[in-house]
Amino acid sequence: MRAYIGKRLLHLVWIMLAVSFLTFLLMYLTPGDAATKKLTAQGVAVSEEVVQNARADMGLDRPFPVQYADWLLHAFRLDLGCSYKDGFSVSKKLWKGLKNTAVLMTASMLLSLAVSIPLGFLSALKKDSPADHVIRFLTFIGNSLPNFLISVLLMYFLCVKARLLPVVADRNIRGLILPCLSLAIPISSRFIRQFRAEILEELGKPYVKGALIRGVKRRFIIRNVFHNASIRILTVVGLSVGTVLGGSVVIETIFRWPGLGKLAMDAITNRDYPVIQGFVLLTSFIYVIINLITDISYHAIDPRLQEG
Amino acid sequence: MNGVKKNGTPARLARIRLFVFLVLACGIFVISLIAPMLCPNDPNATSAQVMNHPPCAEFPMGADRYGRCICSRVLMGARTSVFSSLAVVAMTFAVGTMLGMIAGWYGAVADSLIMRISDVMLAFPQMVLAIAVAGILGGGMWNAMLAMGITGWTMYARLARAQVLSLKKEPYVQAARLCGCGSVSILCRTLLPNMLGPLIVNATTQIGVMMIGIAGLSFLGIGVTEPQAEWGSMINLSRSYIQLAPWAVLAPAAATILTVMIFNYLGDCIRDYLEVRGEA
Repeated sequence: MRAYIGKRLLHLVWIMLAVSFLTFLLMYLTPGDAATKKLTAQGVAVSEEVVQNARADMGLDRPFPVQYADWLLHAFRLDLGCSYKDGFSVSKKLWKGLKNTAVLMTASMLLSLAVSIPLGFLSALKKDSPADHVIRFLTFIGNSLPNFLISVLLMYFLCVKARLLPVVADRNIRGLILPCLSLAIPISSRFIRQFRAEILEELGKPYVKGALIRGVKRRFIIRNVFHNASIRILTVVGLSVGTVLGGSVVIETIFRWPGLGKLAMDAITNRDYPVIQGFVLLTSFIYVIINLITDISYHAIDPRLQEG
Repeated sequence: MNGVKKNGTPARLARIRLFVFLVLACGIFVISLIAPMLCPNDPNATSAQVMNHPPCAEFPMGADRYGRCICSRVLMGARTSVFSSLAVVAMTFAVGTMLGMIAGWYGAVADSLIMRISDVMLAFPQMVLAIAVAGILGGGMWNAMLAMGITGWTMYARLARAQVLSLKKEPYVQAARLCGCGSVSILCRTLLPNMLGPLIVNATTQIGVMMIGIAGLSFLGIGVTEPQAEWGSMINLSRSYIQLAPWAVLAPAAATILTVMIFNYLGDCIRDYLEVRGEA
């Protein structure tokens, strides 16, 4: 187990180094000169001399590997530079956004799980019943709906037509409902389908048949099936974090929820590159860490994997 | 799938469903191909007289805030959405499969290099990287396609590699080798036809994903840009006028949902069909 964790941590270091390199490289994809971009973002009139000074200030006259190494060392100390737009520290901005995004993500994940686990179970246990067909049809629609469309439709029907909720998210429970639903609907649809498949696979295993033949109560069998399927359900949940992080950009922009996603979109509009860079680095880090935790807990729960 | 009732019934059912959805998907493809001929009006002609006009004989789906015919724009948008997502899927499919096959067949340095790169690409959440890349490159259909494709190939590469690794030891591959076939010939003529099934299933399900992704980027204003018609950007443009002109949002919304559903269902049908056929 310890060797496994060690191996995975080493892998994580290499992955994060590569991710940081690509993120840094992303800046070089941009057409034009970084100093000019910074000055333009700040609204400074650009002349040759001003640009030269800014380049020297930002260290852009150094060779590429030196710039990358310098940036990486600062990133290790959680210093991701300053925003081009207002000069505030990128790390502080990201931290503030992260807290709001975490609230939104947790709420929508919990909602999705609360809906998907019972429905996935129902759909698998009552396979081919009318309930199963209805659930599968609804999840199919949910899977085909882009999240921005869900938000717009929810806004139209709940806010404009029924006047139940505010259109712009206040930072309270009422404001959380719509963004949370918009994120949760596609995720739940995917969860239900995957949970159903996992449970069906588990139900088809010989031990279930054996227990049924021996007359073991269904309740006990279901409990065991759930326990065994829960490990794989965990993996499904872990892998969906990336989708939620991507989806939150759209949802937060629509509902003006002051999280990471909105920060990133604002940064893109303002051509505020250090913030975009920080956003990509942070979300990838979160994604990789959550997947690592999922894998490790997978190993911790399943005794067969510990021996291997 | 739905329990084997009579011998051959599930296979026939799967075949019929596959046929129906293949026809529907082809229908959408044809519509997007001949979209300019079907448009009742010029999709880009603006008119102040018909701003936010409700659906009528001249404008079957109404007009948007610039007085452009929504029906024509939805039709032209089909072209953008269908073509761009099909192109991204085809490109990622080709590149990913090729790299995966190289990695699986040659092993050693090629394998570790390709798989390490794919590991790194998988460390980015797909939409996050797509948004960053499209945002930095600054909009446009080509940039949006590039942004979606940058991580898309990894899935095919992994799948193709796993397939090659498992098929490599099959007797018929050994036989081909003994016949004096070169690596390229074995890869393309012997291995590729045998591993195409799962790859195609994946590619078909990816069409819907890419469509949603590109529409999402356009919705955010970093994908397809005005005046080119695209469903995501149409929804974004009209959503602030949704009280005045709900048709301007609902028409492209319905088009998106319908198209994505058809392509997603097609993926399911192909998978079921191959499954049933494999069982038989």
